[in-house]
Amino acid sequence: MIHPIPPGTRDVLPDEMRELRRLHLALIEVFESRGYGEVATPAIEYDEVLGRGDGRTAGSAYRFFDESGDLLALRSDMTVPIARLAATRYAGAESPLRFCYLANAYRAVRPQRGQMREFAQAGVELIGAPAPDGTAEVVEVLEAVLDAAGLQRAVIGLGDADLYRQLLSEFGVEGEARDSVLERLAMHDLVGLEAELSELEGIGDEQVATCIALSQLRGGSEVLDEARSIGGAAVERATARIGETYEALADRGAAGRVQIDLGLLRDLGYYSGAILEVYDPALGHVLGGGGRYDGLLKRFGLDLPAAGFALYVERLHIAQAEEQPGGGEP
Amino acid sequence: MSVEVAGTARAKADGPLKIAVPRGALLGGTLDALDAVGIDTTAVRGESRALIFPGSEVTLVTMRPSDVPTYVEAGAADVGITGKDVLLEQSDRVVYEMLDLGYGRCRMVLAGRKDDERLGESERRLGMMRIATKYPRIAQRHFESTGHQAEVIEVKGSVELAPLIGLADGIVDLVATGRTLKENDLEVREEILVCTARFVANRVAHKLRGGEVDELARKLREATTR
Repeated sequence: MIHPIPPGTRDVLPDEMRELRRLHLALIEVFESRGYGEVATPAIEYDEVLGRGDGRTAGSAYRFFDESGDLLALRSDMTVPIARLAATRYAGAESPLRFCYLANAYRAVRPQRGQMREFAQAGVELIGAPAPDGTAEVVEVLEAVLDAAGLQRAVIGLGDADLYRQLLSEFGVEGEARDSVLERLAMHDLVGLEAELSELEGIGDEQVATCIALSQLRGGSEVLDEARSIGGAAVERATARIGETYEALADRGAAGRVQIDLGLLRDLGYYSGAILEVYDPALGHVLGGGGRYDGLLKRFGLDLPAAGFALYVERLHIAQAEEQPGGGEP
Repeated sequence: MSVEVAGTARAKADGPLKIAVPRGALLGGTLDALDAVGIDTTAVRGESRALIFPGSEVTLVTMRPSDVPTYVEAGAADVGITGKDVLLEQSDRVVYEMLDLGYGRCRMVLAGRKDDERLGESERRLGMMRIATKYPRIAQRHFESTGHQAEVIEVKGSVELAPLIGLADGIVDLVATGRTLKENDLEVREEILVCTARFVANRVAHKLRGGEVDELARKLREATTR
């Protein structure tokens, strides 16, 4: 008899589980060795509590009432639950706090797309360590964990979440118009971006060209000079922030696989300052990402800067299998 | 070995840059544009029925235009060319739209039977227009954004047939010359948008092969805006 399971969920059988377990252990070992203690939080929480952290994103895709009428939600990542945990259980504790996790999260899927509604994420949260050193530490852990997974060719993109928000303010673009332009930038729809910007009042050809040129700048530290030559106060601030982080990384000898990318824009509402994305040549999809969310903890009443990253464990495993064909032994 | 797990098709970003080339109406313009940037397209223009045309710098992969976003999103092709109509219809595919190439220009229109008021009449008396189309999402979005109620019926083949034998009151379709409409006694009632060929890139290829992707985009921009 065949009994179905919902689309976007899956069973794991022993051969794959054995490989996955090895990967899990390798990841956690790196995290623990760097002082990041593993935590677990419930998959279901109060919708109101999770929603507090979500900002402009829609929040959980799966909500339901429990037997006493409370609205519960399935978490869509681990960053918000850990912010909740830190504010609740560690208020007044000595910072920085270092946590790691390997846990399932839940997101809505579009039909017929092979997307997963239940997926595993592995990552860290560093709470109470400001930029640039806190960011550099997180990137260093990320590099170590990619190495441990056997992904020596993986690249880490480093960008700035505030660049375009501030640049557009500088151009006098605010509110809905700004959100809509940011949306185009996040999707990297350059054609739509150009059309939309051109229609805005007070935006000339020069400003359009600035936005488009910035979004295409990626590479080593020379990119920062190119950006500065494009000019503007917002660009100056963002390149200074990225430059500091990059220098802090170089000091730790950890800048080698970092690609500065002024086109990075992640769609989660809580990012501020540095943002990260991880790629491997073996996979056409992003392996994971992260960055700083200095305002997130405050929403839970603990005013501390924070940074972290999350990797999609199943994608790590696919990339690992591609990089070590026929193997599986680390 | 691992199975397909996280909804991520596996693909290598090594070797020559893989370009997804649309067969059909956009093929001629696309090959001309590729010629203009110095990519040899003689093999594709020949009689061969091959789908993949390897080269030293780039590999050309030919496919239906509507498959281009699928291959590029997964990274099976690093970059590609397809129509804006395809990108809008599959707007949930994550590909970077780098460049408007300008050729392959056609219009997405709402059309009804000539001298026939069924479209307006259905909406007035029945509260709904029945619209047949190969582009259900573009059509739905258009009616929602203009405040009309429509029942959108997806068909795969000749959409002109639908209003002629009473499946629908009108159609939403792509029109290049307007000849097909005319031959079937249909006329344009509303223009929804103008579509041209677009150059798109895979998200990871855009980061990891930035030099090659940017260079190709730059040359294509020069070649197509002359």
